[in-house]
Amino acid sequence: MSDQARIRNFSIIAHIDHGKSTLADRLLEFTGAVAERDMREQLLDTMDIERERGITIKANAVRLDYRAADGNTYILNLIDTPGHVDFSYEVSRSLDACEGALLLVDAAQGVEAQTLANAYLAIENGLEIIPVVNKIDLPSAEPERVSAELLGVVGGSPEDVIQVSAKSGSGIEELLEAIVHRLPPPEGAADAPLRAMVFDSYYDTYRGVICSIRIVDGAIDSGEALRFMATALDDAADEIGVLRPAATPVTRLATGEVGYLISGVKEIDLIRVGDTVTDVDNPASGALAGYQEPKPMVFSGLFPTDGDDFERLREALDKLRLNDSSLVYQPETSRALGFGFRCGFLGLLHMEIVRERLEREYDLDLVATAPSVEYVAHLTDGSTAQIRSPQDLPDTRLLADISEPFVKVMIITPSEYVGTVMELIQQRRGEMGEMTYLTPERVELHYQVPLAEIVFDFFDQLKSRTRGYASMDYEPGEYRRSDLVRVNILLNGVPVDAFSSIVHKERSYRYGRAMVERLRKLIPRQLFDVPVQAAVGSRIIARETIKAQRKDVTAKCYGGDITRKRKLLERQKEGKRRMKMVGQVEVPQEAFISALRIDE
Amino acid sequence: MSDAAATADRAAGQRAAYVHIPFCHRRCPYCDFAVVDLSEQRASIERYVDALIAEIAMEPPWQPLHAVNLGGGTPSILHPADVQRVLDALKARFGFEPGAEISIEANPEDWTDEHAAALRSTGLNRVSLGVQSFDAEVLVALGRAHDPGMGIGAVAASRTAGFDNVNIDLILGTPGESQRSWQETVATAVGLGPDHISAYALTVELGTVLSRQVSAGAPAPLEDDLADKYETLGGSLPARLSHYEVSNWAAPGRECRYNLTTWAQGEYAAFGLGAHGHRSGVRRRNVRRLDVYLETVEDGRRPEAGSEILSSWDREKERVFLGLRRRCGVRGGAVADVLVTSEAGSRFLEAGVIRMEGERLIVARPLLTDAVAREVLALEERPGR
Repeated sequence: MSDQARIRNFSIIAHIDHGKSTLADRLLEFTGAVAERDMREQLLDTMDIERERGITIKANAVRLDYRAADGNTYILNLIDTPGHVDFSYEVSRSLDACEGALLLVDAAQGVEAQTLANAYLAIENGLEIIPVVNKIDLPSAEPERVSAELLGVVGGSPEDVIQVSAKSGSGIEELLEAIVHRLPPPEGAADAPLRAMVFDSYYDTYRGVICSIRIVDGAIDSGEALRFMATALDDAADEIGVLRPAATPVTRLATGEVGYLISGVKEIDLIRVGDTVTDVDNPASGALAGYQEPKPMVFSGLFPTDGDDFERLREALDKLRLNDSSLVYQPETSRALGFGFRCGFLGLLHMEIVRERLEREYDLDLVATAPSVEYVAHLTDGSTAQIRSPQDLPDTRLLADISEPFVKVMIITPSEYVGTVMELIQQRRGEMGEMTYLTPERVELHYQVPLAEIVFDFFDQLKSRTRGYASMDYEPGEYRRSDLVRVNILLNGVPVDAFSSIVHKERSYRYGRAMVERLRKLIPRQLFDVPVQAAVGSRIIARETIKAQRKDVTAKCYGGDITRKRKLLERQKEGKRRMKMVGQVEVPQEAFISALRIDE
Repeated sequence: MSDAAATADRAAGQRAAYVHIPFCHRRCPYCDFAVVDLSEQRASIERYVDALIAEIAMEPPWQPLHAVNLGGGTPSILHPADVQRVLDALKARFGFEPGAEISIEANPEDWTDEHAAALRSTGLNRVSLGVQSFDAEVLVALGRAHDPGMGIGAVAASRTAGFDNVNIDLILGTPGESQRSWQETVATAVGLGPDHISAYALTVELGTVLSRQVSAGAPAPLEDDLADKYETLGGSLPARLSHYEVSNWAAPGRECRYNLTTWAQGEYAAFGLGAHGHRSGVRRRNVRRLDVYLETVEDGRRPEAGSEILSSWDREKERVFLGLRRRCGVRGGAVADVLVTSEAGSRFLEAGVIRMEGERLIVARPLLTDAVAREVLALEERPGR
C-alpha cells in the first residue's frame, strides 16, 4: 500500500453545540496526538471569542496517526471547518481539501439548518459522508429518530450511522475504523507539477502569514521556490510542516497530504484562501477551480467614541485583516460621529465578532451604525450605483428605483411552529418556497427574504417564537427591485447621517416614529427646544420635541463647599466629554448606541 | 457700574468669619452638613464652645471683620451666654468693623420672643430663619419640627427683639408640594415683610436620608416643577426685594455680606467642625468628626483636615464660576475672554444663557448657571498669556 493510500482527509460538519470540538478532542486523545494532561477542552478553538461562543472561526488541520485494526498506520488529517454560514466560502474551501466528512448530530437535538446546508455543500463537493449521532448517553437522546433524520439527508441504511458519546469516548474506535475503511484516500498525481490549495491562512506576529494547504498534485519540499497563482506572488517555502497539533516541521509534503506553509509573506492580502500554490520552476498549467474573492454582504459604520482613537481603530482593523481577508473597510466621515470606517462583513455573525474583537482585543470603545446591505440604485439616466451606506443614496429626483439583495433562507423547525415561522417570514417580506417534512415532527422550509430584513433581529425573533427550537441558514440569492425609501432623522433641522436608514416604504412611518420617540428619551434637554424629525425626502413623517432645559444649577453655594462644588462640576464635565456635538445639539454616546440597537 | 455690582465686588476685599455650630435636635432628611444629632449622641455643647474659643485664639491675627456668620447645624440651640462667649472671642481676636453684619441661623421652634431678645443683646444683628414653607404638610415631608405658625411667630419675635435684618429661608419643590401651596408660602413670606429671602430648590444630596428614599422609589424633585416654582417666586416678590444671587433676594443694603464675600472669592476665617475657611489664598477645611475635632483643639493644635492652593489660572476660573452666581456677574478677565470665544461660550451667547454687559460677564438665565460653570472650569489657558 502506498503512503498516499494511507491518508484520510476529513472534516466534521456539525451545528454549534452538537459537540464537534469535543469529538475532535476525543479523536486527538484516542490517537495519542495529545497527552491527557495536555488536554484543554476544545483544543482546536484557539481564540477566546470562539471558545465563548462555542463556534469555530478559523479552519485548522490536525494530523493524527492511527494504527488501525488491520495493523496499518494511517494518517488522518482532521480539517476543522467554520460552523456558520457567514463563512460558507471558507467552509467550501475546507471541504474541498477533504475526501470525506463526518456529519455529526446531537442525539437530542436532531438535524439543524446549518448542518444541513453544510452537508449539502459536502455532498455537492463529492465527499463521502459518515453520519454520526453524538451525545447518545444523554437522558433526552433519541438516537433512532435522529438516525432516521440523518439517513433522510444522506441516504444509506441504519447500520451506516455511528453512535458515539464524544464526552465519554464510547464509539470512538468504531468511528476511527469507519474513517479508515469508508472514506477514500486522496486522488492526485504524485508525478504531476505541484498544485496545492490554500484552504486557510492566518497571520502570526513572528512568522508572518501561515497558510494551511492541501497538496493536490506533486509535492512541496522545504526551501522550494513557490508561486501563488491568483496573486502571481513568488516566494520560497521557508518552512513546511504538520500540526500534531503542535507545529512540527517536515522536509516534504507529498500528494494528498495536509499541512502548513510559511513563506515569509507578511501581507495576508497576498495569500488568499482558495489560491493555488505551484512550483516556480515547474509550474502547473492551470490553477485549481473554485477560487472566489470574498464578498461582503453586510455593512456597518464603525466609529470610535473618542475621536482621538481613529488612528488606533485603523491600526486595529489593519491587524484584524491580517487574519481575516474577508473584512473590508474604507474611511468614512459622518457629520454626527466624526471619522470612522465603513466596514463590510460576510454576515451578521462576522460583524459581531469583528466588533467584539476590536473592543476586547484592542480596547476600543466603538459606535456601530445600523447594519445595512448593499443596494443597487437605478438612476433615471440609466446608470446604476452600489449603495453601501444610506448616505450614498442619490437624491430621489435622480432615482428611478432601488434593488435589494434577497437571500435563500432555510429554516428547520418543529412542525408545531410552522405557523408562527410563516407569520414572521411574511412580516419580513419573505416569499415562501419549498416545504419538506424531514420527519412528521420536523419541517424544512425554504424562503426568499430580503437580506435587509434578516440583518435586523430576524434570528432572535425566530428563536424566541419557536422557543429556540428552530434553526436557520441562508445563502446569497438574487437582487430584486423593491419599494424602498431612505428615512432621514433630523435633529434641530440637521440630518443626522448615522441615524438614516433605507427601509421599505410601508415600514417608513413606523421606523420614523420609533426613532424619534427613542431619541427624545435618549437625548438630554438642551439650552433650547430641539425638534426631532423623521423625513422621507422633504416630507416630515414624524416629529417630537426635546423641551429646552430649564434648570441646571445647585441651589446653594456657600463658603463651606466651594472646593467640593468646583470638583463636582469638573467631574460632571468629564462625564459630558462622551457627548458628541451634532450641529448645536449635545448627544450622549449612549444615545447613538441605544438608538441604533437592533431590538425594537 | 451699578450699586449692586459695586457692593458685590467690594466684598472681595472684606473679611468675614464663619462659626459652625453642628448640633441639631435631629437631622433633616435632605441635610448633608456636618451635624451632630443630639437625639443620638450626648455631647457637651459647652465643651464644644470652649474648643471654638480655643480655635479662634489659634487663628493668625487679622484686621477687623466686616461679617460674622453663625451657621449650622442649629446655632439657635446655643444658650445666649455661649453665643456671647463666641462673639467676644472673635471680637477680642480680630475686632469688628463699624456696622459689621453679625448673623445667626435659627430654627423657628427655638426662636421664642425671650430667646430672640436674649440673642439680640449679644450683638447679633441679623437672623436667618429656617422657615422652609408655610404649608404644614410640606414641613412634615421635610422632617421639620416646626409648624407654619411658629414660622410666622419667629419673624414677629425677631422684629420685637429689634432685628432689622431678617431673612426667611424657603425650600421649593418638595415632592408633594403643589403650585398653589408654593404660591401661598411665597405670599405669606412676602406679607411678613422680610429684608431678605433665600429660596432653595430641594436638592437630593448623596448620602442623605432623602437620597436613600428617592433611590428606593420615593418621588424626586422634578426639573420642570422646580423651574415653575422658581419663576413663580421671581414674579411674586415685591420690587424692593431684588434678585442678587441664584437663590437670594434682598432689600437695598440687606444683601448678606458674609455670602457676598464668599461669592466674590473674598477671605474668611472658619471655626468649628467641618468648617471651611479661605485666607491668604489658601482654602482650608476642618475635620468632620466631633471627637477628633475636640481632642485636636484641646491638644492645642488646629483641627485642619486639608488645604488647597490653586494656580493663578484655576483661581481666576474659580473667581468667575463663583461670581457668575450673582446676578451682576463678574468683571471680565482672561477666563471670561476665553469663554466667550470658545465653542461652548458661543452656544451660551446664542441661546441667551450668558451676555456681556459692558465689561461684565453675566448669566442671564440663572437656572442654567451650572451649565456655564462647568464650561468655565474646563477652560484651558491660552498660550502666550
